[in-house]
Amino acid sequence: MKALRTIKRYFRDAIKGVVRNFSLSLASISCITITLVVVATSIIISYNVENFAESIRQDVTIVIFLDSDATEEDRDRIEQSIRNTGNVESLIFKSKQESAEEAKNENEIFSTIVDGWTDDTNPLLDSFMLKVKDVEKIKQNAEDIKKLDKVNNVNYGEDIVDQLITVFKVVEKIAIGAVIALIIVTAFLISNTIKLAIFSRRTEIEIMRLVGASNISIKVPFILEGLFLGIIGSIIPIIIMIYGYISLYDFFDGKLFSSSLAELIEPYPFVYLASLLLLGIGMLVGMFGSWRAVRKYLKA
Amino acid sequence: MELIRIADVQKTYKNGVVALYDFNLSIKKGEFVFIIGASGSGKSTLIKMLYRAEKPEKGSIIIGGINVAKLKDRKVYILRRKIGVVFQDFKLLPKLTVFENVAFAMEVFGCDKNEIQKRVMQVLDLVGLKHKVRQYPNQLSGGEQQRVVIARAIVNKPKLLICDEPTGNLDPDTSMEIMKVLDNINRMGTTVIMATHDRDIVNRMQKRVIVIEEGKLVKDYERGQYYHESIKNY
Ligand SMILES: Nc1ncnc2c1ncn2[C@@H]1O[C@H](COP(=O)(O)OP(=O)(O)OP(=O)(O)O)[C@@H](O)[C@H]1O
Ligand SMILES: [Mg+2]
Repeated sequence: MKALRTIKRYFRDAIKGVVRNFSLSLASISCITITLVVVATSIIISYNVENFAESIRQDVTIVIFLDSDATEEDRDRIEQSIRNTGNVESLIFKSKQESAEEAKNENEIFSTIVDGWTDDTNPLLDSFMLKVKDVEKIKQNAEDIKKLDKVNNVNYGEDIVDQLITVFKVVEKIAIGAVIALIIVTAFLISNTIKLAIFSRRTEIEIMRLVGASNISIKVPFILEGLFLGIIGSIIPIIIMIYGYISLYDFFDGKLFSSSLAELIEPYPFVYLASLLLLGIGMLVGMFGSWRAVRKYLKA
Repeated sequence: MELIRIADVQKTYKNGVVALYDFNLSIKKGEFVFIIGASGSGKSTLIKMLYRAEKPEKGSIIIGGINVAKLKDRKVYILRRKIGVVFQDFKLLPKLTVFENVAFAMEVFGCDKNEIQKRVMQVLDLVGLKHKVRQYPNQLSGGEQQRVVIARAIVNKPKLLICDEPTGNLDPDTSMEIMKVLDNINRMGTTVIMATHDRDIVNRMQKRVIVIEEGKLVKDYERGQYYHESIKNY
């Protein structure tokens, strides 16, 4: 019972604190709101980028053409070398006959041409279709494979893949940088708000100390105050995030550029998880800010 | 039974001032002790060390089994719960009524509402302010404000009440009223230690008197002895 009343008092004091310095509380809350909106945007972008990258990863194929005079041993040797890179998701051999078959099925003109070929006159080359695990190493892998004996040519969508990876990385870095800067500013502002709350109650604190309130019981309400600022500040970003993302998803019908490579992440449960993350960041930043102030201005 | 034992205490402030040295003192449970001495002699320093607002660099201060001189900051509250403190400046919360100011000291510990109501009215009755419970501090006289502070200091039933010039801002008649309140509290079993300048009060009360001069305890008068000698001394 006693503990319950004490907890009730903590909450009451914390809420009073938020209301008492309302203009400053509002500034902190706005700052958290802005920060979290940026965080939300970053989360949406980076998760989707991650998703696109994943699709590309699964789709990028390196095609390795072998010289026309490559023997069966050459083939085995090359296959072994490729596997030795350790970056192999899947590796399929496609003989020139299979390639011819495929071409045949693609359209009728090809079909008549291909029909005229024998194994000896078939101008196509044997090839390996390689899908890599880590797309970031694809360039290096391609170059290494090219150097192997009896490898005629190595092909992949070099430019597109390289460019996409660079862009993703830049976007990610900017987002992370912006979020960190905003979090620091916010924590600082909250810390300041709590500092003022502490100062405006210093007689009260002094009396509490005199009558024997423990340090923790003096500190907790202020920490809670920061926590509340964080929670209140995350309400608007969460709403924006949930409705914003769902509308965005509906608007684009789930994919950008009508490409199956650029599918957006399904809204559920993504928005709920992201909301939890926003709330968590808001609470953490709020508590961190107030903890700093409490540590500095409420020494025993 | 001994409540306080101070042994070989020395206190030097950061600026190098030695406020107390070679200090030894023992106070029994239930005593009423005056601490007198010229301005700057070290009375407040002694009081502050009793409730661990200051720490001596040497010696021990044992209060009810706790060595206050060695007490860690985060454990100070354990000591404070056994002690009531009254200052010259009142330290009341201006936005709270008399009742709320006293109740505040109990709410801090999560006491039950009925319990608070009962106990606060009891102590306000004891200090003679039952009729002013709804007033705010600025509607009270200095003596009344000091009585609220005393009520707040004893509301949690401390074993020891320490007062630093509680009558410092009050006229002689009002001061005597405060003294009556303190005497009552003492009679009910609380040990009282009071630092003061007011010789008249000390003469009239006839309690144990400790004289400090330049940081040293120079005289310790048993109760009833001080008055006669003081005529010669002052
Ligand atoms: N916080 C402090 N820092 C440095 N010196 C101090 C501090 N507090 C007190 N002193 C010095 O310690 C000595 C004792 O001071 P103290 O306040 O204990 O005297 P006092 O007997 O209470 O005087 P008064 O009757 O004027 O209240 C004085 O010389 C004072 O200047
Ligand atoms: Mg003094």
